[in-house]
Amino acid sequence: MIKILFYFFALILIFAATRVVTVRNPVHAALFLILAFFSSAAVWLLLHAEFLAIALILVYVGAVMVLFLFVIMMLDVNLVRLREGFTRYLPVGILVSALILLQMVLVLRYWNTTEVIATTMVEIPNTTLLGMALYTTYLYPFEIAAAILLVAMIAAITLTMRARRSNKYQKPEQQVNVRRADRVRLVKMLPESRD
Amino acid sequence: MNLGFESTDIITLLPEIFLLTMACFILVVDVYLPEKLRHLTYQLAQGTLVGTLLLVISIYPSSLTLAMDNMFINDAMGALLKLVILAIVFVVFLYSRSYLQVRNILKGEYFVLGLFATLGMLIMVSAHNLLIIYLGLELMSLSLYAMVAMHRDSAQAAEAAMKYFILGALASGMLLYGMSILYGVTGNLDLAAIATNISDADSNKHTALVFGLVFIVIGLAFKLGAVPFHMWIPDVYQGAPTAITLFISSAPKIAAFAILMRLLVDGLSSLYVDWQGMLILLSILSMATGNIIAIAQTNIKRMFAYSTISHVGFLMLGVLSANQAGYAASLFYIITYSLMGLGGFGMILLLSRVGFEAENLDDFKGLNERSPWYAFIMLILMLSMAGVPPLLGFWAKWSVLNQVIQAGFIWLAVLAVLFAVIGAFYYLRIIKLMYFDKSEDRTPIEANMDMKITLSINGLIILFLGLMPDMLMAKCLKVLQVLI
Amino acid sequence: METLIYLGITLLKIVAVIIPLLAAVAYFTLAERKIIGFMQIRIGPHRVNFDIIPGLRHLRGFGQPIADSIKLMFKEIIIPTNANRFLFVFAPVLSLAPALAAWAVIPFAEGWVVADINAGLLYILAMTSVGVYGIIIAGWASNSKYAFLGAMRSAAQIVSYEIAMGFALVGVLMAAGSLNLSDIVLAQQGSVLHWYWLPLFPLFAIYYISSVAETNRAPFDVAEGESEIVAGFHVEYSGMLFAVFFLAEYANIILVSALAVLMFCGGWLSPFEGTFLQPLFAWVPNIFWFLAKVSVFMFSFLWLRATFPRYRYDQIMRLGWKVFIPITIVWIVVVGIAVLAKLPPWFV
Repeated sequence: MIKILFYFFALILIFAATRVVTVRNPVHAALFLILAFFSSAAVWLLLHAEFLAIALILVYVGAVMVLFLFVIMMLDVNLVRLREGFTRYLPVGILVSALILLQMVLVLRYWNTTEVIATTMVEIPNTTLLGMALYTTYLYPFEIAAAILLVAMIAAITLTMRARRSNKYQKPEQQVNVRRADRVRLVKMLPESRD
Repeated sequence: MNLGFESTDIITLLPEIFLLTMACFILVVDVYLPEKLRHLTYQLAQGTLVGTLLLVISIYPSSLTLAMDNMFINDAMGALLKLVILAIVFVVFLYSRSYLQVRNILKGEYFVLGLFATLGMLIMVSAHNLLIIYLGLELMSLSLYAMVAMHRDSAQAAEAAMKYFILGALASGMLLYGMSILYGVTGNLDLAAIATNISDADSNKHTALVFGLVFIVIGLAFKLGAVPFHMWIPDVYQGAPTAITLFISSAPKIAAFAILMRLLVDGLSSLYVDWQGMLILLSILSMATGNIIAIAQTNIKRMFAYSTISHVGFLMLGVLSANQAGYAASLFYIITYSLMGLGGFGMILLLSRVGFEAENLDDFKGLNERSPWYAFIMLILMLSMAGVPPLLGFWAKWSVLNQVIQAGFIWLAVLAVLFAVIGAFYYLRIIKLMYFDKSEDRTPIEANMDMKITLSINGLIILFLGLMPDMLMAKCLKVLQVLI
Repeated sequence: METLIYLGITLLKIVAVIIPLLAAVAYFTLAERKIIGFMQIRIGPHRVNFDIIPGLRHLRGFGQPIADSIKLMFKEIIIPTNANRFLFVFAPVLSLAPALAAWAVIPFAEGWVVADINAGLLYILAMTSVGVYGIIIAGWASNSKYAFLGAMRSAAQIVSYEIAMGFALVGVLMAAGSLNLSDIVLAQQGSVLHWYWLPLFPLFAIYYISSVAETNRAPFDVAEGESEIVAGFHVEYSGMLFAVFFLAEYANIILVSALAVLMFCGGWLSPFEGTFLQPLFAWVPNIFWFLAKVSVFMFSFLWLRATFPRYRYDQIMRLGWKVFIPITIVWIVVVGIAVLAKLPPWFV
């Protein structure tokens, strides 16, 4: 049963991944990528990696791809120019893929597969296990990764936030704090004569 | 519950923890500082570096200690490299302050990103795990990419940042791919475990291991800037604001050297026959390309870029001898190089002023008339880079050549000397420009007192250490003895 | 054979959740019109009645949802020129599917849940975050500027508020020490004061407001903003396709209300627990409390819509990023300390 399900999801995954690179419309390509994410999440679920599967959907499908689609939809991508060079680079691409495949075969010969399957049968939910691993054994790399994300954020803000004086923009924090006294002034004065 | 780390680990990591905490603190403080108090950010950053330096000294290891589940290594080589990195970053901040201020890019982010880059370097230096090496490298690189791009009004800087980013990301990818192959074959991320696994591995694993090694060496060559993976260096050095060129040309090279040592010597020492050949090729190409193309340059930043490439070639000579004395010679070389590079870019910063970048060779014409003292400092720097005795640069070249000969590569040493002689030409040309040409520029040199003093000390140290090189050399040898 | 039985039972469970849910959605629309009508001193729909059934004669307008659905079913579906046909039809499905799928892990009472999985809370977050695709794709596939603008507004808003909402739920999972929704409810046992609305009050408030923004409801309904962009992302939709969007929106409102009840208001637990009234109400089934609490939240959605004017777009973004996210982060730290200190009576 699990085998059938696996092959079902794996086939969808391969189909979607192929469509990502072959489809003409970039928005469709992004949508196929989302499908690919979904299918791989399903494959992970079959491996009892529930946390990873849901995190994949939550982070990649729910956030990253939304922003991706945003950008792709906003840009008016020239589809014809995007296709140029596809055939020209195809031989190189095939060569590189073949090399990578060869290397993976070379390496994977040394993997002890029985060991991996045994660890998936643990009683404790794997969210707990992952949490334990991240905050004990892998605490140090985890903290470094946090610093990297902070740097990425600082860099993104530094490079894009440009407070030019000529720009006119609203300052909501001032707007919401406005009191009547700031805008309206009651003046007492004598009525002016007509001439 | 097993926490995975001991409380003593916190003490071992204290310099890094302090640096991270202070960087975050400065980040927050800087947001709320008014413009006229901006110098406070600078002082805080410098204070942080000094504090970290003191902490590194206070936990200077007498023997090798591992921490955080063997992911962090504190050994004498690491401590020495950390001290050098921290001192260099301190001087870099000092040199670049007025340059950035004049160009309106003195922002808190420069110092914060600089501190994060420094944190990345420290992490790389004491990494004992493939994962940590990669994370440290990314922390450093990401900060550097952003620093190069910070001068947003300059199209040149934007182009340089783009090239740096794309090629740097490619290099990281290569390195990561190599690491993943290594992990696939050995089933380990820990460098010591990998070393044991490889040394008693059967021979049929060898092919896969060499595949991984190739990618790791390519990745490292990219980061160090060895030919044929040097394409980014000239463009980035020229395009980035000089103060940032100064930063990326000095301390990160030391960190890159550190991970070269950690990966090839700590982790893959049993494969030395394989990586020796690769390093020989990279070294010859770097020395040749660097020295020959540098002659054709008119932009001094670009010239220094090619000079860096040739220095990287020399640096590799020591490592490829694959023995302790050779590593010590390389360590000596990288420290010497960073001191000289610091001084060289410092001089460009000194001569620059509002709306004027002293980045062409002609800008150095007749420097002797304008300021005999700084012409003299520049003279020391150039002669040292060219490798003229008795300056520090000479001893650096001498010690790596010595090791190459001892390792039996006499032909390689001959080639290296030949390229060094070719290289001497463009260093001497600057001296000629300074002393024998008439200056078109009569503006007096203006700089802060702290910069003038530091730059002078920088030059004099090269002279002084050149007169008694044994001091530094003995130190380099000693720290490596602990390592092995 | 066992697999077949298992599949059959699961299918029955799903039907048992979906059918009442759809009925609830249908009558929620009537409730909306009636309640807002009442608040604005109007009558609301009152023409479609069940005169044949004697008991329902005086409930005027009670047949309105049925009449509406029949009307929508028989209306022509117009697909605009140059629209992407497949995606245009697919988008409503994509927005309804996650809204229904999320119900799989909602416990209506102890043990009354379709799939009692450990990572239930994560699953909910994942499903609600997927819902935004229906809107984006609808806006893009319509090949219309209004629709596209509405989709962009809505997507940015949903993504922004998801962060605050996610952080608020992180506080809950820290407090309960579990991602399983039933465990979260059981962790709140005791009395009304044991429910998490009290120790996590800032998170509760932020969750509630974010859930209004997440569902694109007034006062955060700029995605539809009829005075500016007609009807937003579904401006080109008609007939049954439009009805599906409508279903998704209301199913989502009920979903976030149910979540608020589970996370902060003790789920199916009786509000009289631990008081002298407890034995008096012991005969009330647990699911009644759950549904009653959900109804209160659903009512508040309507109340908000009748009361508040629409927020401006930049104000929405400011509120999400600069107010809610910092508060949630601070409160997560507070909750962390409280949990570590085993602060009674909540975190023992």
